[in-house]
Amino acid sequence: MNARAETLERAVRGRSLWRDALVRLRANRAAIASLAVLGVIVAACVAGPWFSPHDHFTQDYGAIWVEPGLTDAHWFGTDSLGRDLFVRALEGGRMSLLIGLVATLVSLVIGVVYGATAGYLGGRVDGVMMRIVDILYAMPFLFFVILLMVFFGRNILLIFVAIGAINWLDMARIVRGQTLALKGQPFIEAARMAGAPAPAIIARHIVPNLLGVVAVYITLTIPQVILFESFLSFLGLGVAEPATSWGALIKDGADEMGRAPWLLVVPAVLLAATLFCFNFIGDGLRDALDPKDR
Amino acid sequence: MLLDVRDLQVRFDTPDGVVEAVRGLDFELAGGESLGIVGESGSGKSQSVLALLGLLAANARVSGSARLAGGDGGIELIGARRRVLERVRGARIAMIFQDPMTALNPHLRIVTQIAEVLVRHRGLRGRAARARAIEMLEAVRIPDAARRARYFPHQFSGGMRQRVMIAMALACEPEILVADEPTTALDVTVQAEILDLLAEARARTGAALVLITHDLGVVAGQCERMLVMREGEVVERGGIEGIFAAPEHDYTRALLAAVPRLDPPGGGGS
Amino acid sequence: MLGYTLRRLAGAVPTLFILLTLAFVMMRAAPGGPFDGDRELPPQVRANLEAKYHLDESLYVQYGRYLWDVARFDFGPSFQYRDVSVNDLIASGFPVSATLGAASLAFALILGVPLGMAAALRQNGAVDYTAMTAAMLGISIPNFVLAPLMILVFAVYNDWLPAGGLGGWQHYVMPVIALGTAMMAYVARLARASMIEVMRSNHVRTARAKGLSAARVVWVHALPAALTPIVSFLGPAAAGIITGSVVIETIFGIPGLGQFFVSGALNRDYTLVMGVVLFYGILIVGFNLLVDLLYGWLDPRVAYR
Repeated sequence: MNARAETLERAVRGRSLWRDALVRLRANRAAIASLAVLGVIVAACVAGPWFSPHDHFTQDYGAIWVEPGLTDAHWFGTDSLGRDLFVRALEGGRMSLLIGLVATLVSLVIGVVYGATAGYLGGRVDGVMMRIVDILYAMPFLFFVILLMVFFGRNILLIFVAIGAINWLDMARIVRGQTLALKGQPFIEAARMAGAPAPAIIARHIVPNLLGVVAVYITLTIPQVILFESFLSFLGLGVAEPATSWGALIKDGADEMGRAPWLLVVPAVLLAATLFCFNFIGDGLRDALDPKDR
Repeated sequence: MLLDVRDLQVRFDTPDGVVEAVRGLDFELAGGESLGIVGESGSGKSQSVLALLGLLAANARVSGSARLAGGDGGIELIGARRRVLERVRGARIAMIFQDPMTALNPHLRIVTQIAEVLVRHRGLRGRAARARAIEMLEAVRIPDAARRARYFPHQFSGGMRQRVMIAMALACEPEILVADEPTTALDVTVQAEILDLLAEARARTGAALVLITHDLGVVAGQCERMLVMREGEVVERGGIEGIFAAPEHDYTRALLAAVPRLDPPGGGGS
Repeated sequence: MLGYTLRRLAGAVPTLFILLTLAFVMMRAAPGGPFDGDRELPPQVRANLEAKYHLDESLYVQYGRYLWDVARFDFGPSFQYRDVSVNDLIASGFPVSATLGAASLAFALILGVPLGMAAALRQNGAVDYTAMTAAMLGISIPNFVLAPLMILVFAVYNDWLPAGGLGGWQHYVMPVIALGTAMMAYVARLARASMIEVMRSNHVRTARAKGLSAARVVWVHALPAALTPIVSFLGPAAAGIITGSVVIETIFGIPGLGQFFVSGALNRDYTLVMGVVLFYGILIVGFNLLVDLLYGWLDPRVAYR
């Protein structure tokens, strides 16, 4: 996580004009292409299932292990229960993307509130709050999440909370650093002199200044969360049937890959392409906000 | 002529377009002579000397000519092959940089950093190179040099680090010493010591000096001739005494007026 | 430096304490116990078992007992594998996992650092773009995707490598690649970024101004400075490899700690899971300490205060 924290910190430093950033982002062909591909994937996942005659859970024993083919009724083939993989892949994408987005927002909110509070209050409170973050950093959290899943059953809400609760640490550190730096600035002093309460100052003056880093954070955290959910689902600890996700599909595919490799390849390609696009966009966004390396 | 620079141009390709840093610089340097190049930051004075040694960033484009005496009709430095430049750098033309804090390698001991120049250009081996490096440190009056040679740069003060830089530059007794703002990053009290040391070293080795600075006071004490640069071009050139007595260009006059106290230009020595 | 090491070790105690407490609380709060199997045990047998494993005592007593045992590095008996202690299981699984992890880390560093350096020295050239696109691909393909795909190609379609289990070095090839690829990609990106920065630094310019050969400038002057971010990445990298090993060991059927952890969690083997989590915690803390010491060795400016 340190490497990513560093990346984010770099994003903070160059808070140049958004318009400049946009121009630079447009010049980054890899990022623009990724944005386009990601747009297609997201649109397909959101709208695709409505346009298919199949749904993701109906089993059809007359059509099991149908091979993929565009002339067929099943473009991506079917699985061992005769379920249509095209719809299942898109349905799984819905779930993966949703989890990615929601868990990222959860961690974002926790991280910003925690970091801004610590940085703004400073002193001993800050010391204690950051020491807690340090301790949590050293925890092998993933194992706790696995335990949670095992003990309390698979539950989407639990996945959101668990992943969000892990990911906020990076954000808290960065926001705290930024807040400390901003706190000394004259316009914050002025607001304080004018008698504005601390939460108002944080909300009005400090949070808007963090927009750049937040944008980078979101694009780099979503793929991480998707990856993590897939990891859990692959271990059989993620979303439960009949709901599905890319990780769960990959798990099913891996179990039957000798017989029906497309069951593995389709969700694997979709997942990898999505992560690839998010990472390139995040990189491009960071470079656009901080052109130091170009 | 030891060094003959003709129509030197330096351009940088940046995302925001081409920046012309040096626009047609000419100068000559005879052996043992000392030349000051004066100008504000951004006037192109550092870029021109870095260009001579091929030390500019990758996005720089250099044109023109710079001939260094030696061989048949001299060595052309601009556009020279890497191996040719490597034999000139540190051996015939050595540089002293502005910020001794960052110009030395923090990961290597002082003695290693000086000895490697001797190994490279003089073919000395391990112990001999280190012994010579310690002599160089003694020559720049670093007390207890034998012990401190094993220090890392961060264990020295700013002035001491600049002495190390000078020792390193002098290691192979170069014909030309290029000092790029050698005292700017130092305390005022230390500045004078470093300048004295530089003058002393030149007296000992007979090296020519190209001194880049924005400080006319420094030039007055060290140089015989000077160039005044502004926005990549030379606006005035000549002997120190002439320019100080009767500057021709408005810009030079402005620079002179900015110097709080002018020593009478007295023969260039310390 | 000894004092620093000791202080760092002492600083890790609260972390481990919280880790242990959290693990204990979660285990006991979980619904279902180790003896809730498919078959209902006779009450007497059940009571005997609970007495044997001290499950009949109050939670505080159990917690105290556990802390005391752990302080003596005794993780207790495994619930799942009767008559085998958790210590024995860790002792048998750790060498396997450590071999796999060390090989993956070595794979990542030995390939990643030169790749990143090559890209940095030809910045914005073809090598750079190719290497960095490949690195992004490496980061974006999860190990649990890479592993089955490799099995499909190298073990199912072609009989080139064993699909799983332990044996000769061939058994390690696919697991190491699966586990090390993402790490290698990270290292390459990190190495590239830091190398580019270092090559622009003043001290590298000095080295070039001294007329040193390009090789000496890169290897002696630039590389040590460029390696420091990679060294500090080793801590998170080790944690990542431990995490990854859980799924990789499961996929390839390698009897390491990761597989014990998964099977322990699924079978509610309290002591085994707690033992493994705690062992991982100690491992990560120890590794981070090692990394800090290495960092200091690489950068003489770091003082152990």
